[in-house]
Amino acid sequence: MDINNIPQTLPRFSATFDPATLAEIRRAAATGIYDIRGGGTKRKLPHFDDLLFLGASMSRYPLEGYREKCGTDVWLGTRFAKKPIHLKTPVTIAGMSFGALSGQAKEALGRGATIAGTSTTTGDGGMTPEERGQSQTLVYQYLPSRYGMNPDDLRKADAIEVVVGQGAKPGGGGMLLGQKISDRVAEMRTLPKGIDQRSACRHPDWTGPDDLEIKIEELREITDWEKPIYVKVGATRPYYDVALAVKAGADVVVLDGMQGGTAATQEVFIEHVGIPTLAAIRPAVQALQDLGMHRKVQLIVSGGIRNGADVAKALALGADAVAIGTAALVALGDNDPALEAEYRKLGSTAGAYDDWHEGKDPAGITTQDPLLAARLDPVAAGRRLANYLAVLTLEAQTIARACGKSHLHNLEPEDLVALTIEAAAMARVPLAGTGWIPGMAGGM
Amino acid sequence: MTTLDLSTATRRDLNGALHALPKDAPTADWTVLHPEGQHALAAGVNAPVTVTIKGHAGYYCAGMNQQATIIIEGNAGVGVAENMMSGTVHVKGDASQAAGATAHGGLLVIDGNASARCGISMKGVDIVVKGSIGPMSAFMAQSGRLVVLGDAGDALGDSIYETHIYVRGSVKSLGADCVAKEMRAEHLAELAELLAAAGVDARPEEFSRYGSGRTLYNFHVDNAGAY
Ligand SMILES: Cc1cc2nc3c(=O)[nH]c(=O)nc-3n(C[C@H](O)[C@H](O)[C@H](O)COP(=O)(O)O)c2cc1C
Repeated sequence: MDINNIPQTLPRFSATFDPATLAEIRRAAATGIYDIRGGGTKRKLPHFDDLLFLGASMSRYPLEGYREKCGTDVWLGTRFAKKPIHLKTPVTIAGMSFGALSGQAKEALGRGATIAGTSTTTGDGGMTPEERGQSQTLVYQYLPSRYGMNPDDLRKADAIEVVVGQGAKPGGGGMLLGQKISDRVAEMRTLPKGIDQRSACRHPDWTGPDDLEIKIEELREITDWEKPIYVKVGATRPYYDVALAVKAGADVVVLDGMQGGTAATQEVFIEHVGIPTLAAIRPAVQALQDLGMHRKVQLIVSGGIRNGADVAKALALGADAVAIGTAALVALGDNDPALEAEYRKLGSTAGAYDDWHEGKDPAGITTQDPLLAARLDPVAAGRRLANYLAVLTLEAQTIARACGKSHLHNLEPEDLVALTIEAAAMARVPLAGTGWIPGMAGGM
Repeated sequence: MTTLDLSTATRRDLNGALHALPKDAPTADWTVLHPEGQHALAAGVNAPVTVTIKGHAGYYCAGMNQQATIIIEGNAGVGVAENMMSGTVHVKGDASQAAGATAHGGLLVIDGNASARCGISMKGVDIVVKGSIGPMSAFMAQSGRLVVLGDAGDALGDSIYETHIYVRGSVKSLGADCVAKEMRAEHLAELAELLAAAGVDARPEEFSRYGSGRTLYNFHVDNAGAY
């Protein structure tokens, strides 16, 4: 053995203690407080990409693109509301608070949604006049904190969304750190300026589905039974949660999977609580079907919707509509590589920037700093969002026509197969090329 | 005076009619008979009218009230006057949990006792309870004033923000970051006004004041046990 020439082992990182884990341990040791960030889970999960459409061939006839009609409209709130909502596209804008987002960003969301013929949603912190003014169809969130909750705004809304939970943090309350509690945000929330706001995770005046039923009755009485009432839940036990929401009298159930974004939440919460969107849809639809309520109580699915294929897949699995948060912010200009130099200064990089709670967003979206917020032109950003929504709708239509469907709602699980055993089990569609649905009897 | 009998009319008849009242001109008084504990009675009223409910009310009576004076001649269920904006709600009997929850304004007077979570998340309302209040009252209370002539249960004012609490009797325990505070002249004056508004004959000097220690307003590692 030549002792001067022994082959060296390569430096090797641990898969368990990888560099991100090590960095977090050091950060925790230095600060003593958990990591808070915005966005959704960053780990790879079984998702819509693990599903494929079969398309038409000998046994199914496709529809002619551009020539044969493929409907995209959706009615929401047909169960009890005197004034249900009619949208041109099943892609809605999810609830994101003024406070988390700048006034300009909220206005841009309203503008974009209105051009596209869809709805937008308020968030923790109440309704701003800019957003009401620019949104043709506005859903008013009714949250545990009740910040800015006002019966006049309730009556101005087109629908009411009772928020029980969010996919990024089922069982968690809101957070808005001091940097973002500007004078206006503080006043709307009746809070001292500059405090670290931790809002409640349970509603103050009801607990459990029996109380919720009475709460929903009250909201209907106050608004003279006009408005659709949604119940939003984070995906955890979707079969039971959806069944209980229906029992409590919801017109619409919003189901948000763990990929769903948040403005600010503990990293450990985002990454370790809740189930993926893909795993949540079938149990939710099953609950509606078991109660004879599928399509009578509408289901809106959110959490990681990025393109028209995702929209089509969610609908094929039984959703009536979807909601987007993160993708809408990206369409407005969030994480734009053109701002790379500024993301670098914040110790991040375009595409990975998630310190939205710090209020320093160079794109002017997740900030209350007037100078940064002024960077976002609500008209131009709204136009970009409208364009993006149009693409999502066109893409979903393209797929539906290829599957021979004259309306997006005619897509069905039978149009889908899965690429992985996990996705097949979760979406309850066969593994591609087989008749095998893991966990189900039969097959061919 | 208008009288509506809920043994024949429905809750929808009542609320629909109250919602149709003019917002900016006074209306003759209303009396509601046979409420029998129904929920959401006189909820969402926005008019200068006095509504007297002759009996017990269920959940969310006078919810989100604006301008109206609503008198309940009986007990009130969960969330009486929840999210009230203005006006007066007067419960002649006892109130259940979450009385005056999240209310932004107006005056809530309870002649009897109030159960747990009285004034939870209150945002500017004034609440005067002539009896005692249950545990977790004024939890996360943001603004407004809570006056209690009797005793307060466990964890009073947990995670309180800027609400002023005045208690004449004993407090079983204070919640996180709620502390006893000095009664200064301005507090005695404010309390005297509230007692007068609620028609209570009591001396402000007999009360103790509680409020936020403001130590949890910003995250600090040494407070981790309190979060
Ligand atoms: C910046 C931001 C703020 C949010 N604020 C709220 C909120 O106030 N209330 C709420 O119910 N959900 C809130 N959400 C969650 C969204 O409503 C939605 O569930 C989620 O973004 C959907 O997933 P996606 O981001 O993958 O599209 C927020 C999300 C983001 C990204």
